[in-house]
Amino acid sequence: MAAPNLQAEKRIRQRYRRERRFKALCVGAILLSVLFLVFFFTDIIQRGYTAFYQAQIQVDVTYTERTVNLPPAAVDSEVRPFVSRGWLRQLPDHVEQDPGLMGQTVTRWVTADAPVGQYLKGKHSGLTEEQKATVDRLREAGRIELAFNSHFFTRGDSKMAEMAGIKSAVVGTILTLAVTMAVAFPIGVMSAVYLEEFATDNRFTRFIEVNINNLAAVPSILYGLLGLAIFINFMGVPRSSALAGGLTLALMTLPIIIITTRAALRAVPDSIREGAFGVGASRLQMVSHHVLPLSLPGILTGSIIGLAQAMGETAPLLLVGMMAFIPAAPEGVTDAATVLPAQVYTWASMPQRAFDELTAAGILVLLAVLLTLNATAVLLRKRFERRW
Amino acid sequence: MSTGQVILSFLAGLLPLALLAYGLGRRRALAVAGGQDRALHSRPGFYGWYAVVLMAVPAVAMALLATLLDLLGLIDAPATLILAAALALAAGGLWAAERTIQPGLRARNIVEGAVRWLLITAASVSILTTLGILLSILFEAMRFFQMVSVWEFLTGTTWSPDTAFLGGAGRGGEGQAEAEFGSVPLFAGTFMITAIAMAVALPIGLLSAIFLSEYAPPRVRGAVKPALEVLAGIPTVVYGFFAAITVAPLVVDVATALGLDASYQNALTPGIVMGIMIIPFVSSLSDDVISAIPMSMREGSFALGATPSETIKHVLLPAALPGVVSAFILAISRALGETMIVVMAAGLRPNLTANPLESMTTVTVRIVDALTGDQEFSSPETLSAFGLGLVLFLVTLILNTVSLTIVRRFHEKYE
Repeated sequence: MAAPNLQAEKRIRQRYRRERRFKALCVGAILLSVLFLVFFFTDIIQRGYTAFYQAQIQVDVTYTERTVNLPPAAVDSEVRPFVSRGWLRQLPDHVEQDPGLMGQTVTRWVTADAPVGQYLKGKHSGLTEEQKATVDRLREAGRIELAFNSHFFTRGDSKMAEMAGIKSAVVGTILTLAVTMAVAFPIGVMSAVYLEEFATDNRFTRFIEVNINNLAAVPSILYGLLGLAIFINFMGVPRSSALAGGLTLALMTLPIIIITTRAALRAVPDSIREGAFGVGASRLQMVSHHVLPLSLPGILTGSIIGLAQAMGETAPLLLVGMMAFIPAAPEGVTDAATVLPAQVYTWASMPQRAFDELTAAGILVLLAVLLTLNATAVLLRKRFERRW
Repeated sequence: MSTGQVILSFLAGLLPLALLAYGLGRRRALAVAGGQDRALHSRPGFYGWYAVVLMAVPAVAMALLATLLDLLGLIDAPATLILAAALALAAGGLWAAERTIQPGLRARNIVEGAVRWLLITAASVSILTTLGILLSILFEAMRFFQMVSVWEFLTGTTWSPDTAFLGGAGRGGEGQAEAEFGSVPLFAGTFMITAIAMAVALPIGLLSAIFLSEYAPPRVRGAVKPALEVLAGIPTVVYGFFAAITVAPLVVDVATALGLDASYQNALTPGIVMGIMIIPFVSSLSDDVISAIPMSMREGSFALGATPSETIKHVLLPAALPGVVSAFILAISRALGETMIVVMAAGLRPNLTANPLESMTTVTVRIVDALTGDQEFSSPETLSAFGLGLVLFLVTLILNTVSLTIVRRFHEKYE
């Protein structure tokens, strides 16, 4: 009698060991994802936060006829290599705005060249040892310091890292997404209303449904091919414009909006519909007076999620040319524009080191906006979700 | 007048007209009914909408038709003429509505019918989109396949379009090597990276889903699920940057430490990062399927003395298999079409190799590369993007259909 019991106990222990092992495996899988998330955010923040401040240098700027024509001559030759050439190029504009400056020498803080900032932040800068010594000396004297990088938020793209900012990309993103939502939201909601409330179950309806499910899984880059061939080559929408990009993204966002809107409509119980019909409402009245208002929070949640997805999309926009170099913010939907993710992509492929931190900072801004959007969607769902 | 201005002025003309039509129609209806809305067939508002429909439908239809014909080159009318004609038609429609409003007019039925057609039109946009993708790719791909044979494209093992560019620029000489469009190395690279991604995403995603649905206490689940959703919300261009600048040097360092030679644009890096990107996709779909299995099946298994892991392996996973397989197939289709990660972290050089530490390129990389260059649109290299796009579209379409079919056919109905 003892032998089988021993065997059974051994088997039980073995099974429990296996149980523990399997559970540990599952916990390990989750931990791996969470660890990656932590690693990812630390990495990006570490790379990007330095871009929010930049080097400034105090110099004597001489405004004369000669220096307006030849801006580098306006500053002392000792500090000349450290002053941003981008800033020097603005010199004639200063005189134009304030003619009183002519003939004067003004001491002012100006933007320093990108390598100076890189050196002060302890990164690889490409400065010579001699230049490093000069920068150190100027810093001791309080003539070089790191200050908040306002250019990052107030200027467009530039080939000079210290003058580059995200403003034109932000404006481009807003214009593009405005076009996207103006097209995708009404069409998406109307499609969903038709499929849920009006359509009878026939072949046409089923075909549309299969179609929408397929569209939701089509690789985004193919929408770029569509945008290029139809919107740009056939319809003549200007290349690189917010209109072309917005329309392309609208078609991509459409299935998401349709699917989430249908789910929101389906959550409204039939008793509401029957009640409306019972008091003599037509189908249109039933939908517009009762079902749509009740499902609005769900529809908005879905649309925000669709919006966030469209905002992070890059591949189709590259194909319609929205990766152009855009120094000034676009003024309309037909102007050449770029969007934040495309700006990130452009900066990531710049050879200068200083663009690395700009790229990461652009990513931080993008992620902050996306996380806010998604959190809004979740809050909206939590706040207004109604269990019938 | 630019296109944008024309559209703007069209809307600027139409919207006030619509407001006007609604007001006039409503007032007219009340007037013909002698101020007593009980005498009307429909509520007064419907007569307003009736006027809007009669005003807008012909005008919009005419504007769209004229624009389409103009785009196709069948007619050559200046945009301002179309605009003026459409607005004139709108005014005519409004006049007709005013004339026809009577107490017995079934405005509600007419408006309902018009709205139904509007909704059907909106729902058809998705069909038009599919058609648009298919036709635009097919049309340009045909031009490509006139220059390069389909067989050569599908079976050739050398992809070197660069010389085609010289030919296109009129600099193709006698001794110039022929441009070759053999897509096998591109597909090999694509499948290699997809395989690596799935090797990362499937086990981690599935085990995460099992943990979330079977082991995790509600509070842990409430904290971990949003974290996975954050992972899903990160834009692909960000993953691409992260892969190229952080993961690639890591992979190279590890490989060097192991005595292996790795390129900075190795296939392993985009594979791993893409796998991480797909984890939430696999885990949320699998989680849904596993959570949908009724408690009674778990309880039955526990009652027989099975441990949780035995229940999962022998009861839950077999029941969830169709759902998991379809999630897996959808994930593959997504990995095949993923673009930004490979554009930023994988190589540009087509390379037929089985070594994931070497640089490889993918279909999507070549599409982006061909269409963002400064080549003429009709050059074979640019058009090759559409040939590749066609194959990508067909493959992902088949995968999606298979996945949907599996779900529909093997979906367990639990009562």
